[in-house]
Amino acid sequence: MPDLCTTGERLFKELDQYIDSIGAEPDKLISVLQKAQELFGYLSSEVQQHIAEALGIPVSQVYGVVTFYNFFSTKPKGKVQIKVCLGTACYVKGGDRVLERFLEELGTKPEEPTKDGQFSIHAVRCLGACSMAPVVLVGEKDFYGRVKPDMVPRIIDKYKEVKVQ
Amino acid sequence: MPLAATTILICAGGACISAGEESVKQALEKEIEKYALGDVVRVVETGCMGACSLGPLMVIYPEGVFYQKLTPQAAKKIVEEHILKGRIVKEYLYKMPTGEAVPEAVEKLPFFARQVKIATRNVGYIDPLNIEEYIARDGYFALAKVLKQMSPEQVIEEVKKSGLRGRGGAGFPTGLKWELTRKSQGDKKYIVCNADEGDPGAFMDRSVLEGDPHTILEAMAIGGFAIGANQGYIYVRAEYPLAIERLNIAISQAKEYGFLGEKIMGSDFSFHIEIRIGAGAFVCGEETALIASIEGKRGQPRVKPPYPAQSGVWGRPTVINNVETLACIPPIITKGADWFRSIGTEKSPGTKVFALAGKITNTGLVEVPMGITLKELLYEIGGGSSTGKKIKAVQTGGPSGGCIPSEYFDTPVDYESLQKLGAIMGSGGMIVMDEDDCMVDVARFFLEFTVDESCGKCTPCREGTKQMLKILDKITAGEGAEEDLQELENLATVIKDTSLCGLGQTAPNPVLSTLRYYHNEYEAHVKEKRCPSLKCKQLIRYVIDSSKCVGCTACARVCPVNAISGEVRKVHQIDNEVCIRCGSCIEVCRFGAISKVSP
Repeated sequence: MPDLCTTGERLFKELDQYIDSIGAEPDKLISVLQKAQELFGYLSSEVQQHIAEALGIPVSQVYGVVTFYNFFSTKPKGKVQIKVCLGTACYVKGGDRVLERFLEELGTKPEEPTKDGQFSIHAVRCLGACSMAPVVLVGEKDFYGRVKPDMVPRIIDKYKEVKVQ
Repeated sequence: MPLAATTILICAGGACISAGEESVKQALEKEIEKYALGDVVRVVETGCMGACSLGPLMVIYPEGVFYQKLTPQAAKKIVEEHILKGRIVKEYLYKMPTGEAVPEAVEKLPFFARQVKIATRNVGYIDPLNIEEYIARDGYFALAKVLKQMSPEQVIEEVKKSGLRGRGGAGFPTGLKWELTRKSQGDKKYIVCNADEGDPGAFMDRSVLEGDPHTILEAMAIGGFAIGANQGYIYVRAEYPLAIERLNIAISQAKEYGFLGEKIMGSDFSFHIEIRIGAGAFVCGEETALIASIEGKRGQPRVKPPYPAQSGVWGRPTVINNVETLACIPPIITKGADWFRSIGTEKSPGTKVFALAGKITNTGLVEVPMGITLKELLYEIGGGSSTGKKIKAVQTGGPSGGCIPSEYFDTPVDYESLQKLGAIMGSGGMIVMDEDDCMVDVARFFLEFTVDESCGKCTPCREGTKQMLKILDKITAGEGAEEDLQELENLATVIKDTSLCGLGQTAPNPVLSTLRYYHNEYEAHVKEKRCPSLKCKQLIRYVIDSSKCVGCTACARVCPVNAISGEVRKVHQIDNEVCIRCGSCIEVCRFGAISKVSP
C-alpha cells in the first residue's frame, strides 16, 4: 500500500519537527508521546523506538512511561471512541449498566476496537460533568448526559457512518 | 467599541456544554445578528456558574435575570421578547418549590445566596478569554501590591497569618510551605500548580482553570516572588483540553501586558510559566510523583524526606500548591489576612468549594465558609435528595475519603471534624447516596479504583489493595465468610501504616469508614447472603407481582437475554437463571409490577 507508507513517513516527519521545536531533551518524553499519539492514534513499538532514538534514551524507558500512564495506548483504537464515565457520581447513577449495554450492543470488550474498526469503548474515570451523570463522551466533543441503557443503540446509530475521527 | 447595553453571560462549564450550551449560543448569536443587535448586546461565554443541574443557563445584565434549562428555541424567544421588548420570558425562569418564578435567582436562591465566593469569585462573572475583565475585578492588583510594597518575607507572613491551608486534601498550611521553600538553599527554585484533579466527582479546579485562568497565573507569580522562584509549572490533566487552551491564551495575554516575563511591572522580578500536561495517572496528584512526571518519567512517588521544599523538580526546592489554594492568594493579599480569617473557623479559615453530585437535587459547584454543617450544605443549599428516597450517606474526599452517615450531618465541615469521622475533606467532592446504594458495593468501587491506580512501587499498596478487593468481590458475590470482615480490617490497618505515599495510606479509608458505620450491611452480605440495598447483582432476584402485571409484554420485549416469558394479557415470569439483572424490565414496566428481592 504505497499510500499508507507515505502517510507514515509524513507523520514521522511531523513528529520530528515537533521534537525539534520543543528540544530533544529526555524530560520532554511525555509531551512527545502525547504528540505521537495524536498523530498516529496509538504508540506502536516502531513509534516508541523512533522516539527513544530521537531523545537519546533507552526504548525500555519509553515503554515504561507509555505503559504507566492511562492516556497512552499501544493498540489501535476505533475510529469512533466512546468513553463511558465510571466516576463515582456516574457509577452511583448507573454508569456501569450503560457500559455493559455498549459492550453488548457492539459485541466487543473495553479498549478493543470492534471487528470493523469503527468503534472502541473506553471506561474512563470522571469526565468532570458529574451533575449530568451518567455521562458518555463520543469523540472529543459530543457529550451525552443522563444516559440510560435504552439510549445506547440510538447513540451508536448516530456514529455508524462517521468515517474519520 | 460602543458600550454594550446588554450583556448576556452564558455558562460554558462542562455540564452546560454537555447539556447543549453551544447550540443555545449559536441560536442567540443568530438572532442577535438577525435583529442587528450586535452593537448593543454582548454574549460572553463564562466559566461554570455552579448550578449544573439547571443547565444550559444564562444571566442577562444589567437586569440580572437568570434563565435556565435553555434550548435554541428558548434563546430565540428570549431575544425576541426580553432583549427586544423588555418582557421577561417566564417559562425559562427558575421556579421555587412553591411554583413562583424568580427572575433574580442569583440573589434569591439559597443555592446562590448562601455562598461566599473567594476562590471562585470571578468564575461565571467574567470572560475568561479577556484579561481586561480580570483586571477590572482587581486582577493583578495583588501582584502589583506585592512587587511595589512588600518584601518576600512580608508576603509569606501575610499568607501564614491568613491561616490558608492546602485545598488539595491534606490541609497543610500554605504559608509554612512557602517559608520552608524560601529558606531552602538552591540556585534555582520552582513553584508548581497542581492541576491534576483526579478525584472522581470533583471538578472545582477545572472550573477555576476554565473560568478564571488569570487568577492562577497571578497567584503563582506572587508565590514565585515569595519563595524566590522565577519559573512556574502548571501540571494539568490531559482530560481538561479546554482548561489547557484557556491557560495558554491567558499566559500569552499576561506576557503581553507585562504581568509575566522579564522585570514584571518595572521591578527586578522575572517570572515564567510553562504548562505540563499529565497523561492520566491518579497517583500524580501526589507531590513527589507529580515531580517525576514533570521531569518526563513514570509518575512514581518516592520516600519523603527530603520534601519538595528541599528537593523537588530537578532536585531544586519546589513549592506545590493546588489550584483552589492558589486562587485564594490574590484576595488574601489585597484584602488582608484578617479579612480571610473572619470567614470560616479558627483552625480552618476561609471557604471551600464543594462539588455536589450523586443523588442530590442541586448538583453543581458551591463555595461556602468552612464550618458550615453538612445538613446546611446538603439540604439548604443542595436541596436534599433528588430521588425522593432518604439520603443515607455522603461520601467525601474521593477514593481517599470515607462515607459519613446521615446521623452525623450536624457535623461542621472542616479538616479536623471530617477526619474524626473517618472521612477527609479531600479536594471537596461530595457524592450523595440514598437507600438504593449498597455501602459494601461503594467500598468495592473505590477499591477497584485504587487497585487500578496504584503505581506498583510499594508492596502494601500494590498487593494489599488487591487482596482487599478480592475479599470485597467475594462478599458482594455472596461468598463471604465472617472472618473476612476481620481480615479486611487487618489488611486495611497494615496498608495504612506501611504504604509509601498518600495514595496507599488513605486507600483503605472507604472500607474502614463503611465497616465502621455500616457493619450491619456487611453482616447481611456475609451471614444472610443478602444485599439490603438490592444492589449487588449476585444477591438479588427480579420478580413480577402477579397482581400488578397486566401482560403488556413490554418487559419481555426489552429483555436482552429473553429471560421473561408469558403470553399477551397474562402474567409474565422471569427466569432468574437466565436473567442478567440489567434492570431494563423495571424501567419499561408502567405498572410497577417488577421488583428486586434479596435473597
